[in-house]
Amino acid sequence: MATKHSRASARIMISPAVILLLGWMLIPLSMTLYFSFLRYNLLMPGMEEFTGLTNYKYFLTDPAFFAALTNTILLVCGVLLVTVIGGVFLALLLDQPFFGQGIVRILVIAPFFVMPTVSALVWKNMFMNPVNGLFAHLFKFFGLEPFDFLAQAPLASIIGIVSWQWLPFATLILLTAFQSLDQEQLEASEMDGAPWIKRFWFIMLPHLSRAITVVILIQTIFLLSVFAEILVTTNGGPGTASTNLTYLIYMQSLLQFDVGGGSAGGVVAIILANIVAIFLMRMIGKNLDA
Amino acid sequence: MNTTFRTLMGACALAALSAGAFAETITVATVNNGDMIRMQGLMDDFYAKHPDIEVEWVTLEENVLRQRVTQDVATKGGQFDVMTIGTYEVPIWGERGWLVSLNDLPDSYDIDDILPAIRDGLTVDDELYAAPFYGESSMVMYRTDLMEKAGLTMPEAPTWDFIKEAAAAMTDKEGEVYGICLRGKAGWGENMAFLTAMSNSFGAKWFDMDWKPQFDSEEWKTTLNFYLDLMNNYGPPGASGNGFNENLSLFQTGKCGMWIDATVAASFVTNPNDSSVADSVGFALAPDNGLGKRGNWLWAWNLGIPAGTQKVDAAKAFVEWATSKEYTALVASKEGWANVPPGTRQSLYMNEEYQKVPFAKMTLESILSADPQHPTVDEVPYVGVQFVAIPEFQGLGTAVGQQFSAALAGQMSAEQALDNAQKLTEREMMKAGYIK
Amino acid sequence: MARSVSTNRKLVTTFFAWVVGLAIFFPILWTILTSFKTEAQAIADPPIFFNFHWTLENYVTVQERSNYFRHFWNSVVLSGGSTLLGLIIAIPAAWSMAFVPSRRTKDILMWMLSTKMLPPVGVLVPMYLIFRNLGLLDTQIGLVIVLTLINLPIIVWMLYTYFKEIPGEILEAARMDGATLRSEILYVLTPMAIPGIASTVLLNIILAWNEAFWTLNLTAAKAAPLTAFIASYSSPEGLFYAKLSAASTMAIAPILIMGWFSQKQLVRGLTFGAVK
Repeated sequence: MATKHSRASARIMISPAVILLLGWMLIPLSMTLYFSFLRYNLLMPGMEEFTGLTNYKYFLTDPAFFAALTNTILLVCGVLLVTVIGGVFLALLLDQPFFGQGIVRILVIAPFFVMPTVSALVWKNMFMNPVNGLFAHLFKFFGLEPFDFLAQAPLASIIGIVSWQWLPFATLILLTAFQSLDQEQLEASEMDGAPWIKRFWFIMLPHLSRAITVVILIQTIFLLSVFAEILVTTNGGPGTASTNLTYLIYMQSLLQFDVGGGSAGGVVAIILANIVAIFLMRMIGKNLDA
Repeated sequence: MNTTFRTLMGACALAALSAGAFAETITVATVNNGDMIRMQGLMDDFYAKHPDIEVEWVTLEENVLRQRVTQDVATKGGQFDVMTIGTYEVPIWGERGWLVSLNDLPDSYDIDDILPAIRDGLTVDDELYAAPFYGESSMVMYRTDLMEKAGLTMPEAPTWDFIKEAAAAMTDKEGEVYGICLRGKAGWGENMAFLTAMSNSFGAKWFDMDWKPQFDSEEWKTTLNFYLDLMNNYGPPGASGNGFNENLSLFQTGKCGMWIDATVAASFVTNPNDSSVADSVGFALAPDNGLGKRGNWLWAWNLGIPAGTQKVDAAKAFVEWATSKEYTALVASKEGWANVPPGTRQSLYMNEEYQKVPFAKMTLESILSADPQHPTVDEVPYVGVQFVAIPEFQGLGTAVGQQFSAALAGQMSAEQALDNAQKLTEREMMKAGYIK
Repeated sequence: MARSVSTNRKLVTTFFAWVVGLAIFFPILWTILTSFKTEAQAIADPPIFFNFHWTLENYVTVQERSNYFRHFWNSVVLSGGSTLLGLIIAIPAAWSMAFVPSRRTKDILMWMLSTKMLPPVGVLVPMYLIFRNLGLLDTQIGLVIVLTLINLPIIVWMLYTYFKEIPGEILEAARMDGATLRSEILYVLTPMAIPGIASTVLLNIILAWNEAFWTLNLTAAKAAPLTAFIASYSSPEGLFYAKLSAASTMAIAPILIMGWFSQKQLVRGLTFGAVK
């Protein structure tokens, strides 16, 4: 179907998007790369000098680096686990006929519209605060010692907050997938006396696999750079218990104004993100071939 | 059609003129502290005096504010015409020529009236680089009713041992009253402000004369263990996340027996509109250990004008208004003397009306007892009571603060935290070239 | 689709679905309720749910303190503008990917998505310098460009998956009839893809509305949207739960209402090709 003519025009049509994104990627990237080899602190202007790999050495040997790497992986995987599993069950539930389907669906998708800053503020203060928070009231009601979520389980708490925000997204995509499920096949297996769990495992889940891949891909993109939630709730602490890579770079370049060190961190993070990207793309590529 | 058009043009031109063809808009970056928020409500007075100036506010939380203004001033971004900055930033920025000198403020402004302790911190080479909006030290605020119930009397200048005794006596965890509330949230301006000032009274210091970090010293060990002991036994839950504002909430809702923090808090905890314990708050100097230094700091929030701004005159007019004696009087007339921005002018403390305010005397005494030039028991190469006035300190202080905050959360021992602090400070100081 | 379900089972499902739905929605509901309380009632123990004295005082305080409508308007301009600009760039790109695919199409798409994985904090200082030099700091146009670029990959992908479902023969036929490429896209493809485009637009508005890093760091007063508005409430000031709730409600209400009204359109296209 594609003619030579249309190939040429296709190239023209796609080029604005490609060129813009290329510029958006390359210009800051090359500046970052350049800065990463400099001793460059915003507070000490005029003292920039070439330092070779010093910034990288310090960033990679920073004890916080390893913690940040682990936390990033835990955060991404934790949220993915919660939202995918939670999303499958929610979608399953919402796919059943019941009274007030429309309203419940509206309630369920609401968190997706909430700004990360707002959701972090609300969770931190009105729910997780160990003195005045709602959870503290609840614990006391049952005669328990209030649990200090953000100090005792900082990363888990953040995973919880972020999962709350992304659960609606996963649910929606999975719900659409459920709705396109071949009902006849399902009913036929029900007639055959296949138990529910078997139907779920052998018919529903394979059908959902594409949707799950999409959920994983899109969420990973956003989860790798989770930032506002950490800044608002724990400031990466206590210690480095909830510092992810993004936050570590933020501390370097914007709290210490060490642009050189921060840039080196940025380059490291970009390399790591690309490794993740390649893995994901392989996975998606296999699953999304149209 | 033609006439309509002309009328329209005329109307537009008129509108443009009346809407202040000469009006200049300045952008003021400020922190979301109570006194600044109050100022935003009093702007009518400024507009009455300066109808040709329009003020745009950018109100941010402290850490975000600091990051935004530093980034802007260092890159000469020119987004702000007036910046709210701390005592830490002013000398560093002034030295780099990033701020406009305020020496030429008119005589009526009375620069000499500014408390010398505060003014010195804002002056580099005889140039005043920022005008103080409010100044503060730290002191003990306590609940007189609980103190009485515990059968104790707070001396005017308590020792740390007394504080511990009182904290133990006031704590009633069942009734949700915690003997002592202190900062625990990581940050050089949060827990480290308190801990550095506290460590001074224990004889500890950040660096020796060769800029070698001193977290491996016995004094720091005593300081940190004392702090952790106090907070773990008599502090509120979640203390490792509490900064100034969080503790203020706790104190105002009656959950704290004592609170050692900024003197400016006094006006908030004694204000019956916000505080449920307003009529039973007492004040005392920050504690000491008999070593000659008290655990109080010195800080001021100041208004500075970045050197790149095109609107120096308008910015100066604003700074002058906001830090003037008249502004103080204005707040007094609207909100009462207890609510004026404290700690900047001698004349305020001479004012008989102000002397009736319960915390006025203690605030002044606390400010006067802080000595940024000689903050520690031993000699040190740096100035600054609760900070070290070097550009690297923000990062360092926050990183060390994280370790101490983790120790408070129970994630590591005091020894571990100090060991980490020592190692990371050595690393950074080596990277910055202070030590080989 | 017609499944026969016993009323009993339907009632049980109804119960569970409502419990789960309300639990997920509860934080938002609680925020909205708290915004109408007094500060003392906001932290009352045991918590008060409905029987409090409803007051608008917090909204008045918040509005006195910050110019809500300007922030709101900036949010509208930024999310609307970036979505529009994004569509103009993305529709042709998605067209060529969907209807004239080459061996590299998939790679280009994946590469586009991978640009979204770059941590923005790492490039803030370079961006700030570029923006300063171009005079784009604190301007709506500058932020529209940034928001367009960060969301462009998502727009292209969504449109691509949607366009692919449209039979190429129809476009072919239009071309046979002598339609130019421009009119082919404008008058044949776009009307057919309206549901997909609508869904893309909605998702993009939500993402742009809630973007909090660039919008906070590249603005001061003039172009600051609601994310900056909320940033001044991000640390407590004495008793502040009720004020925080009011500010939060004001920040999320517009997008929440938009989202609810358009949820059918949003959901229809939100498949990213996941559903055959």
